[in-house]
Amino acid sequence: MDTTVVNTGTEGKTWGGGNKPLKASYGKMMMWFFILSDALTFSGFLASYGFSRFKFSEIWPIADDVFTHVPFIHGDYPMIFVAFMTFILIMSSVTMVLAVDAGHKMDKSKTTIYMFLTIIGGLIFLSSQAYEWTTFIKGEYGAVETHGGNIIHFVDTDGNRVALKDFAIAQPTDRAQHERKNGIWYSDEKKLTSFTFNEVLAGFKANDDILVKTTYTDNATGHKTVLSRAESLTELETKGKNVVEGANLVHNEYGPPLFANYFFFITGFHGFHVSIGVLLNIIIFFNVILGTYEKRNSYEMVEKVGLYWHFVDLVWVFVFTFFYLV
Amino acid sequence: MADTHKLEIFRGLIKFKSNTQKIWGVLIFLSIVTAIEVVLGIYKPEVLNGHFIGMKMLNWIFILLTIVKAYYITWDFMHMRDETASLRRMVVWTSVFLICYLIFILLQEGGYVGNVFTNSYLKHDF
Repeated sequence: MDTTVVNTGTEGKTWGGGNKPLKASYGKMMMWFFILSDALTFSGFLASYGFSRFKFSEIWPIADDVFTHVPFIHGDYPMIFVAFMTFILIMSSVTMVLAVDAGHKMDKSKTTIYMFLTIIGGLIFLSSQAYEWTTFIKGEYGAVETHGGNIIHFVDTDGNRVALKDFAIAQPTDRAQHERKNGIWYSDEKKLTSFTFNEVLAGFKANDDILVKTTYTDNATGHKTVLSRAESLTELETKGKNVVEGANLVHNEYGPPLFANYFFFITGFHGFHVSIGVLLNIIIFFNVILGTYEKRNSYEMVEKVGLYWHFVDLVWVFVFTFFYLV
Repeated sequence: MADTHKLEIFRGLIKFKSNTQKIWGVLIFLSIVTAIEVVLGIYKPEVLNGHFIGMKMLNWIFILLTIVKAYYITWDFMHMRDETASLRRMVVWTSVFLICYLIFILLQEGGYVGNVFTNSYLKHDF
């Protein structure tokens, strides 16, 4: 019988990887696979953002016109603040990798310091993002929405944006307030904008040096098209419908509603990841201080949480490109 | 992996003496790339406004620089350089393949829907 059985020498060796298949511990390998799946989630978001960019390629807002704010400074400074945020995140990635390196050398005090700096970097990034969201939601100039759902901006003859509050003229209006006792009992009145469309129109007619900037990009210059005074007047009178101030999930003063929706979802999902990262870093930080890894004789946990932290940085690199540059 | 780090970047053009030194070196490189991106993003040189395979030259440059940055973050900060080839391929090739597939499908479809918006009898500017 023995002669017919082929002996391959693998009996009882169904798993040849031992405790560390691919020379990576279980925890580290699973962190890599988690990162892989999370990367696919983010690319799903970013690719669908690309879908909408291609779909609305003519009317998509230009990032440099939208993200122009820098804290404590007035005026237009596109890119500066996001560049700062990117730098902060890369810096905190560096302190993280230094912490991992110190961990390999079993240097408790250095690991502690670097973990602390990483946490601080993460917190600065989160506060910057909170600022970014606040200015985005509040808006600055206000805009008029057309019947077709496009956005109309106002500029002076030099091409600088003009805020609605600088030219709108108050008009006598008569309106019935919606109250629960006289209207639909389960809904409240919608929030009113500071000006009605008619007030903006009246102000526009009274100021000859204000022009309409449409939402359509001029392919030759890469800027949005500004109309002549006569065209501006017809554009506003025939197409204008209501006033939009700031941004929410239904309207925003920058462009198609999807623009704000993607902004909230993608940067929000990323910000959520950063918050979780900061939380994990804090836990690991205290474990380092308590000497847990000293006793365990391995700082591998620092390395695992480091992988996650770098991944968050990696995602930001892509969000930065596709939201603020392209 | 513990004590053996591969210390050269740019295919051996620059070799660092220690892992710490390599980290700072990579940081400088990443900062330079980011600075280039920011400067290009602010000034948007006219020369790069030309179109190339459906996108502006400038956008291709941004995407290329981003992938370069992603490479160095993964390879040096996440120590992918020091992992075994099989682990590296499992993670990198899977994501590269699936992401390319997703991007191709969605952008193709987005471009088509965009064409319907601009070229067919669909009024949206009123």
